[in-house]
Amino acid sequence: MGRSIIEKIWDQHVVRQQPDGSVLLWIDRVFLHERTGSIALKGLEAAGRAVTHPEQVFCTMDHIVDTLPGRGDETRMPGGREFITTTRAAAKAAGIRLFDLGSEQQGIVHVVSPEQGIALPGLTLVCPDSHTCTIGGLGALAWGIGSTEAEHAMATKTLVVRRPKLMRVHFKGKLRDGVYAKDMILHLINRYGAGGGAGHALEFTGEAVRQLPVEARLTLCNMAVEFGAWTGIVAPDELTFEYVRGRPFTPSGELWDAALAHWKTLASDDDARYDSEIEVDCSQLVPQVTWGTSPQHGTGIDGHVPDPSAETDANRRQSMERALEYMGLEPGRALAGLPVGAAFIGSCTNSRISDLREAARVLKGRKVADGVRAICVPGSTQVKKAAEAEGLDRVFTESGFEWRESGCSMCFYAGGESFGLEQRVVTSTNRNFENRQGPRTRSHLASPATVAASAVAGHITDVRTLEQADGER
Amino acid sequence: MEKFTTLDAIAAPLLRINVDTDAIIPSREMKRVSKLGLSEGLFAGWRYTAPGSREENPDFILNQPPFRDAKILLSGQNFGCGSSREHAVWALAEWGIRCIIAPSFGAIFQGNCVRNGILPVVFDETLVDSLASQVRADPANNLIKVDLVRRIVTAPDGQEHGFEISDGDREMLLEGLDAIALTLRHKQEIQAFRDADRGRRPWVYLD
Repeated sequence: MGRSIIEKIWDQHVVRQQPDGSVLLWIDRVFLHERTGSIALKGLEAAGRAVTHPEQVFCTMDHIVDTLPGRGDETRMPGGREFITTTRAAAKAAGIRLFDLGSEQQGIVHVVSPEQGIALPGLTLVCPDSHTCTIGGLGALAWGIGSTEAEHAMATKTLVVRRPKLMRVHFKGKLRDGVYAKDMILHLINRYGAGGGAGHALEFTGEAVRQLPVEARLTLCNMAVEFGAWTGIVAPDELTFEYVRGRPFTPSGELWDAALAHWKTLASDDDARYDSEIEVDCSQLVPQVTWGTSPQHGTGIDGHVPDPSAETDANRRQSMERALEYMGLEPGRALAGLPVGAAFIGSCTNSRISDLREAARVLKGRKVADGVRAICVPGSTQVKKAAEAEGLDRVFTESGFEWRESGCSMCFYAGGESFGLEQRVVTSTNRNFENRQGPRTRSHLASPATVAASAVAGHITDVRTLEQADGER
Repeated sequence: MEKFTTLDAIAAPLLRINVDTDAIIPSREMKRVSKLGLSEGLFAGWRYTAPGSREENPDFILNQPPFRDAKILLSGQNFGCGSSREHAVWALAEWGIRCIIAPSFGAIFQGNCVRNGILPVVFDETLVDSLASQVRADPANNLIKVDLVRRIVTAPDGQEHGFEISDGDREMLLEGLDAIALTLRHKQEIQAFRDADRGRRPWVYLD
């Protein structure tokens, strides 16, 4: 019987079958950041344990660091300095590579690991960060873990895991202009719920997926966790191999040839079996935006705030009512036209060079609406440099966006910067939870293009009508 | 890690769906590189009247007298979704929660629970709702019993409900074991895998 890519990678990494049905799985790469990695390194140290293969472990500074120009170890987040200095000292003591402040390789962990060639197809990669599933976009088996598990991975090179169920999510058809990977995944979560993928590893297949550039596949897989899934993956193809080639940690010479030959065997067999399958037609998909406090609270850009009284399930109804109260919205209101006070482009979901290009395309020659605070935070120092070389930074700043140093920034509020009480933000990030971007801040998730268009209009806007309006002028 | 064998305790119904780890402990409450001192920030956004304040919101269930002593949480599907932050589990454990009963859990959160002495129990929504209404009738006396040895939860009405947990997780909780020490018993197998894998996939190794 044929096997799926997930089964192939899994089987190649099984060190030991355990009596209770779990396995000891070999871990090729561990990545850490200063928020949760610091405590894992400290925990190992306190237990008197070493990182057994430090050359396979990497660490970056992204969660706590400031993103304002001229930043240092002091942060706007109270207590941030301790996270930064503890991580630096612990990384040094453990002998692992650290992409510190000021390093050319610094950036958001899930932007850096593909960019540097640390993540490769067919690898197992873990990080104490839930969005590690992003790396599935390269055809790696990558998932988020807790800090205690990170200690386990570093001390033993393995993790104890149970084989997840397999779900194939087939995106058929072609995306229309103005519609992106972000819209695909938001639509999926809206349709099947934030727990729709619980207990499963997802394989994304279909024409719409194949046509996505690698960076967009990273966006697609990034929000697998928002679907409740253990992880998501896209089988590698020529686009992947081209993307991976020549990066700093990518193998070269004979090792490249051997790796490439191996990677070409990873795609799922035609007769692979899945525990469940979902099909989504992308040909009619429109830009998506969320209205509530869970990624499942979403709709098309032409949609309306739903009416909780129409929901028959009491728990779901209460969840919707709470969300509407938090978001300050009335049932039946159109999402398009809803005034916003802020716009944010960044995060491990949508801060890569291709995301910035799409946003800049919308912003070029336009101005952010009066009263809208707009911020762009490139996903890595490399992305920032590349964008500046193309002149994208000027497009952002001339339109009225702030242009920042790389990091997670205002994707989440850690006691430092926030958008403000009851401020309405249209954001390219992945979580619209209560208080996520600041106390009582109201977050609407969308693609970078939708964020840019909404920043210009001053209200939630269909990027396609903004561009159409220009055409008619 | 604190062992878990049996529990006979007050249960607090928090029947919301998709309770995320940002809600369990907001990022702003994770102020130190430490697993300790986190319970003060537990459910801070719901438990206190204003962001940053420590004035209790009397409407929040864990602020209400019998439920202050709850060791069991009853909640909706997808409990602990979102961020991988283990601080959510450390905060719950420090506050005194030893068992969470819900229709489903965020995967990373569920794994973090068993590594920190908290038992996650999966029951369907109807059963969770039924436990919640029994508890609400008389919270201080209608206790829920949890027996990990027998894998049984006994409802206040005396009905027994079996739950599933893997042998490995059960043993870890029962014995308070350290997973790293368990795995290192297989050190030789791990080394042998590495040697063989290096031959198969030499490009993976960076030393």
